[in-house]
Amino acid sequence: MPKWRFLVPVVLLVFVSTLLTPSPSPGQATTITIATVNNPDMIIMQKLTPAFEQQNPNIKVNWVVLPENELRQKVTTDISTNAGSYDVMTIGMYEVLSGWAKNGWLLPFDSLPSSYDGQDLLKPVRAGLSYKGTLYAVPFYAESSMMYYRKDLFAAKGLTMPQRPTWTQVETFAKAIHNPSQRTYGICLRGLAGWGENMAFLTTLVNTYGGRWFDEQWQPQLTSPEWKQAVGFYVNLMRHYGPPGVTSNGFTENETLLANGNCAMWVDATVAAGYLANPQTSKVAKDVGFAYAPVAVTPNGSHWLWAWALGIPKSTKKADAARAFIYWATSKAYINLVGGKEGWTSVPPGTRYSTYQNPAYVKAAPFATLVEALINEADPTHPTAKPVPYVGVQFAAIPEFQGIGTQTGQAIAGALAGKMTIDQALQQAQSNAENVMRQAGYIK
Amino acid sequence: MARVSAAQGFARPGIHRPNALLFLGPAILVLFVWMIVPLALSLYFSVRRYNLLVLERRGFVGLLNYRLLLQDAAFWAAVVNTLALVVLVLAVTVVLGLMLALLFNRDFTAKNVTRTLAISPFFVMPVVTALMWKNMLFHPVFGLLAWVAQSLGGAPADWLATYPMPSVVAIISWEWTPFATLILLTALQSLPGDQLEAVRIDGAGVWGEFRYVVLPHLLRPISALLMLETIFFLTIFAEIYATTSGGPGLATTTLPYFIYLKALLQFDIGSASAGAVFAIILANVVASFLLRAIASNIFQGEPASAK
Repeated sequence: MPKWRFLVPVVLLVFVSTLLTPSPSPGQATTITIATVNNPDMIIMQKLTPAFEQQNPNIKVNWVVLPENELRQKVTTDISTNAGSYDVMTIGMYEVLSGWAKNGWLLPFDSLPSSYDGQDLLKPVRAGLSYKGTLYAVPFYAESSMMYYRKDLFAAKGLTMPQRPTWTQVETFAKAIHNPSQRTYGICLRGLAGWGENMAFLTTLVNTYGGRWFDEQWQPQLTSPEWKQAVGFYVNLMRHYGPPGVTSNGFTENETLLANGNCAMWVDATVAAGYLANPQTSKVAKDVGFAYAPVAVTPNGSHWLWAWALGIPKSTKKADAARAFIYWATSKAYINLVGGKEGWTSVPPGTRYSTYQNPAYVKAAPFATLVEALINEADPTHPTAKPVPYVGVQFAAIPEFQGIGTQTGQAIAGALAGKMTIDQALQQAQSNAENVMRQAGYIK
Repeated sequence: MARVSAAQGFARPGIHRPNALLFLGPAILVLFVWMIVPLALSLYFSVRRYNLLVLERRGFVGLLNYRLLLQDAAFWAAVVNTLALVVLVLAVTVVLGLMLALLFNRDFTAKNVTRTLAISPFFVMPVVTALMWKNMLFHPVFGLLAWVAQSLGGAPADWLATYPMPSVVAIISWEWTPFATLILLTALQSLPGDQLEAVRIDGAGVWGEFRYVVLPHLLRPISALLMLETIFFLTIFAEIYATTSGGPGLATTTLPYFIYLKALLQFDIGSASAGAVFAIILANVVASFLLRAIASNIFQGEPASAK
């Protein structure tokens, strides 16, 4: 039996080598699995993995990169069933605040190493990722929302965009510039239904009109005059001065429209600034102007606050390696590495004061100071004029909000498409929200 | 002949037959695990309050999930949309598929090339199909249809917002017509030429030929086609997910999409399971309808094709 004879030394070798190897060998590599979103900033992080693996030869990194919605589904089902497929998860401010920290699903970051400089993290961002004063995820990039506009189109009509515009002014500008036969549309805004799509923008609009999702007793407020006014304004604005197909436009679609020169104005995430100001990705790079997100009645909640952060699920068995990676990917050194390799407009924004004190970044990114100011002014605990029982500017940080927000978004998209009136849409959204809140036991 | 005698040999009494259960056992076990376990779990979760995100307030709630579902206007809209989608796409694919099959059954130049082209949409992945239609055809700014409308002096329509259900039907029909064509074309090719010859000698025109020879011959493949397509269309999801996201409003929210919203957006496993149980009931109702219709068709078809 030649096969047998061949196997004997192999088996012996394996046996002996397992005896001789000390079990937690320093030379043995730990592999960590990281789940992340396929946003440009995360793609760069994935690309730079070799730099991390060189510094930490004991750690190998395995990536799972998915679109936002799929990622959210994967990590939420994984963490809530304690499945343990991932060692690092990319999660948003909403996840941390809506119960992940409270449920004890995330390992706390209670002692940041001094070399990491935790005081350098932007305060509102750090607060938005903390629960009862403890940090549960470390920010990778953070954003607010702002006004993008075309300086050349404004100049051609003799208009100037104020640093802090109002929604009334925006309507006047949109009317003056809107020219559908030339495929130049007055204003582009999100219309695609979803709590993270049209409702993120619409919540800031409702906020600045003085509306809120719930009153102090958790009673949904979707049929209040403020909601009707804000949604009515939005529908009217988009029907008259918007591009065709608003209900299929989310963040990406609008970014493409503006970069192709089809929009005179766009109010959306500050993270698009790098893309729009980059001549390689944007046809209008030199003509893009930046301003505060418009205000109607109250400045509170007129622009949002969001962060994508890295957290460690408690189901991991490789917490140390996971922590090492997170400290690397959110460090000052990482920001410098991206600045050097990918260009300064590509660094992950909104997380560290030191980024905004870096002359190289401020010079390359004309929007830098505005973005820093917007993030610093956003206050998730006072998202509108009236008091609210929830935390969050463009969301209400309760687990039920994803469902309520998306169904409301669908109803408003229906009103925008003319399938129902605004009153009908808000009534439908209100009764759905009441049902969900009743089922969840917030209200009787 | 040989085959017949072999079959008879098995049934011959006196010869010891091995215990059938021994051979069937593994297959039955796999099917049981495959089907009954998920079904039982769905039933179990459908009577519980179980939201993945909420650790408190879990437990048995009886038929509460079902009651809330039946009171939900969105659920009924989803049921109506599902049925409308299935019926419309069935009608379009069978009619178009029949026409194409008749066409490709003839001889003409470049037949092979055009046939391959006509069948190729079936091999494109559903999500790719949906994105192609959404961004390259329907898009009111960049789309081909918008360009055509503008060059003819019209205003571009926003298809997915203004005519959501017809647009989705168009996408799915484009994808599935090749399947109908394939099945009907193979059936047509098995139509004996002498029957056609005989009916022509009897003086039938083109219509008569189609009505009394071709159509009866195709009755069974069409029934099978309806059955197969219904099974697939009841679970259509990717095309809706990638184009309209069930909207605007609830215009294209079908039952699978509704269950998806409950399970993976609200993480409400209880309600989603109750919805899934309804989906099973709906599929069974539709299937039993179809089976009965097909069975009666085949029995009626027998003498018709024998004539």
